[in-house]
Amino acid sequence: MLAMFAAGAFGALLLQQNDRAANLWGNCLAIAGSGTGLIFSGAALLRGTIPVFVIDSSFPLLSLSLRFDQLSAFFMMIISLVALLCSVYALGSVRHYYGKYSIGVLGFFYNVFIVSMMLVVTAHNALFFLIVWEVMSLASYFLVIYERRETASIRAGSLYFIMMHAGTAFIIFAFLLMYRLTGSVEFEAIRGGIGAASPLMKNAIFISALIGFGVKAGIIPLHVWLPSAHPAAPSHISALMSGVMIKTGIYMMIRIYFDILSGAYLWWGLALLVIGAMSSLLGVLYALSEHDLKRLLAYHSIENIGIILLGLGSALVFSSFGLNTLAALGLAAALFHTMNHATFKALLFLGAGAVIAGTHTRNIEKYGGLIRLMPQTAFFFLVGSMAISALPPLNGFFSEWLTFQALFQGVLAFDVVTKIIFILSIGSLAFTGGLAAACFVKAFGITFLARPRSEQAAQASETAMLPRLAMAGLALLIVGLGVFSGMVLRTLATVAGSMANLQGAETADVAQFKSVSIQNGFAVTSMPAIFIGVIAAAVAVTVAVSLLTRKRKTATGPTWNCGSDLTPRMEITATGFSRSLITIARGVLRPSSETEIEYHDASSYFPRVGTVTTSLHDIYQTFIYKPLRDLTTIIAGQFTKVQSGNINAYILYIFLTLIGLLFFLDLQS
Amino acid sequence: MNISEIPYWLLQIMLIPALSPFFIGVTCRIKAIMQNRRGAPVLQPYRDLRKLFQKDEVISEDASWLFRAAPYLIFAVTLVIGASIPLVTTALPNSYTGDFLVVVYLVALGTFFLALAGIDSGSAFGGFGSSREMMVAALTEGGLVLSLLTLALISKTTNLAAISENIGSLPLTSFTPIILAFISFSIALLAETCRYPFDNPATHLELTMIHEAMILEYSGKRLALMEWASANKYLIFIALGANLFFPRGIAGSLEFVPVMLALALFAGKVLLFCLAIAIIESSIAKLRIFRLPDLLFTSFVISVIAIGLVN
Repeated sequence: MLAMFAAGAFGALLLQQNDRAANLWGNCLAIAGSGTGLIFSGAALLRGTIPVFVIDSSFPLLSLSLRFDQLSAFFMMIISLVALLCSVYALGSVRHYYGKYSIGVLGFFYNVFIVSMMLVVTAHNALFFLIVWEVMSLASYFLVIYERRETASIRAGSLYFIMMHAGTAFIIFAFLLMYRLTGSVEFEAIRGGIGAASPLMKNAIFISALIGFGVKAGIIPLHVWLPSAHPAAPSHISALMSGVMIKTGIYMMIRIYFDILSGAYLWWGLALLVIGAMSSLLGVLYALSEHDLKRLLAYHSIENIGIILLGLGSALVFSSFGLNTLAALGLAAALFHTMNHATFKALLFLGAGAVIAGTHTRNIEKYGGLIRLMPQTAFFFLVGSMAISALPPLNGFFSEWLTFQALFQGVLAFDVVTKIIFILSIGSLAFTGGLAAACFVKAFGITFLARPRSEQAAQASETAMLPRLAMAGLALLIVGLGVFSGMVLRTLATVAGSMANLQGAETADVAQFKSVSIQNGFAVTSMPAIFIGVIAAAVAVTVAVSLLTRKRKTATGPTWNCGSDLTPRMEITATGFSRSLITIARGVLRPSSETEIEYHDASSYFPRVGTVTTSLHDIYQTFIYKPLRDLTTIIAGQFTKVQSGNINAYILYIFLTLIGLLFFLDLQS
Repeated sequence: MNISEIPYWLLQIMLIPALSPFFIGVTCRIKAIMQNRRGAPVLQPYRDLRKLFQKDEVISEDASWLFRAAPYLIFAVTLVIGASIPLVTTALPNSYTGDFLVVVYLVALGTFFLALAGIDSGSAFGGFGSSREMMVAALTEGGLVLSLLTLALISKTTNLAAISENIGSLPLTSFTPIILAFISFSIALLAETCRYPFDNPATHLELTMIHEAMILEYSGKRLALMEWASANKYLIFIALGANLFFPRGIAGSLEFVPVMLALALFAGKVLLFCLAIAIIESSIAKLRIFRLPDLLFTSFVISVIAIGLVN
């Protein structure tokens, strides 16, 4: 499998003279590689075996150490699945770049990116992990700046680059602490040795891992790179980054908090719950205010990471009380949502890519009426929108339902402060669901329904065959994961139960195809019954009504518009649609609005052109990142005093250091 | 499921669509009387539906298949919800779709397609109706979920029929959280069923309407389905309020006499709800749209307090 990706990567680089060949070679091998990965991880997940590969090298501590346990297999499966379909999509869609940018380079970084993600979730040695983590960040950085003639891409890339490395610094710190405590960089050895660590050390590891991996996952307020980096990349890369790459942050959080670091403290879980609630609510509110289709989807990734963290946080709280059965429920909910988000977010990004390729703009206000011009893309986007809005009977509903149940158990089990945090988490999850539905009514409605709002939209055409095939595959997955959620949950429960800290979790949940029962029947639901019920009722109603009214005629006519001419400007805009919700949330969002009016003459009675600019104040930039940047500048400014550039001064420094060291050694002996 | 349950299942499935126009008619009649009008007879909504089903229809040339399919789907969703909630008996073991979150999110499914259909015709009214509807629906979600959760936590189950059974057997002393949750639920009920002070079901004035704006482009059989679905939703929410918060009298078995008694009692309770809603609608003014969030957050906060009181 590694060989296939390597061949794909370097082959594409070699073939870069010929766009078509590079595209075919790079993506076909990516398909083959992820197909193999899918089979391999699927088998490991079902059979429950744990293959281990260790190749020692001559460097101390560094060895190529891969371990393929249940958790790794699960994440590997998600990566393979999404990578497989994105590669199919890319085969058809990369054509837009022929002659503009090098396809060979794209193929190279694409293959490296996928394989590094796969290695990240299987690495079992901290040093090797850091190397592949870095490779993953760099490969994705080069994919973000792929459209290198766009300044926006370069800016997004630079921000991404800086944020990733700031995050990696925290990760290295966390691993160094672990190395100091246990003397090993092998995860297995760290797990064995870290149990007796002091609370201070454990808390330090928790915080630095949270910050380090939180940057990758995109939790608020560490998310600033995400809404600009994801949209800048080509759409199938955005789908991979948003659907899969940010999940590697979640993977490592699970790995460290549930597998390596034992004896969780209560506040860890509560912190995750609070961060999750914040990220989900704020993420969806920012998404509402976006007019750039891909940025909107990127903000929804933040929201969904928040929902995943709600599941994870509840699991961590339960595990700190030793309630392993409930913790396994919360973790299974988080894993389920991780997988679901990978499917529907990938589908939505691919759909957005098709729309952008058809209309050549990312501005949602320029779309409209695309459901007639791109009917299949519209249908797949609708399926994705319904899933992400947690509407039954699709998969998004089931994982949110499961997360709700985990949180309900928290309210039942605890008192006072913990209980209140759980209640507020439930509230934020409920509001998030409603706001996400509002946001996707906007996204789907403004993009695909009513009349085209611009020339570009009126001339759009359906995308090529292969992209549609990839989207159809993802849409089928969404429906399948929803209807067969009982069976999927059974597998996920084993994955969750295999974590070292959740040993001895009893199964109080019964997951069958027919129905799923949580906590000995506290909650029971059946996704197939909902699916069949809604479909059967709709068919019955349609048949009955058409039989009843078969003699009635249906005519088409223009939309009634109070007698005036009907133009696209009569339709609601995305800005108008979400303005009321933004106004309600003005306390957090801090919207701004500037009005400019040009007049015909000096009288200022007859306006010629009026412009209203609405936007949001970037509070993270103003209150967190700008002060941080200023502080760095000031500190760096202090250092320039030492760095005089005069060679004599440097020789003096060397001399002083030498004297100091000699004294130090003298004191030691 | 055995043979003897079939008539009761049929009753369960047909009850909501069969009775919902009647209770709309009753509510309108009570309002009319309170406004010193005679008002239309209570069976008028049935006549309206029949009239609409017999008419040809005009569909906007801008509308897509979604606009055509939405009424069927929305009506079907109300049928599924109607079959999933406790109506006259708690003895029908619906453990498949009877979870309260399933019901809440099925309602959201209907709202989602209603809002999309509103945008689809491309008129200015439809779009603004959708925008307002999604705003109200999104902000209602918190209070709705948490008020029902209060009951679920009290009765240690999230199945609606089981909640109804458990709440009915509780002593009167444990009623404080239930009453608080009921207040919270009532606010959500008014918002979800497009009643005062959220929406005016009787108006076509573009500045105030929400629900009517979205279905403005519909005519003929599709308008009939939309009107009927919204009547179903009205009765569904009233039934939830009546049978979850005040479940006394609901039949616990599947025998003919208790079920018929429960049916009569159910009709009586729904009539009381209709009376209350008509009084509210006749005595208070519609709120400004940006005051609505205050009311909806009140609903949320009240149910947070209610859950805090559950032990």
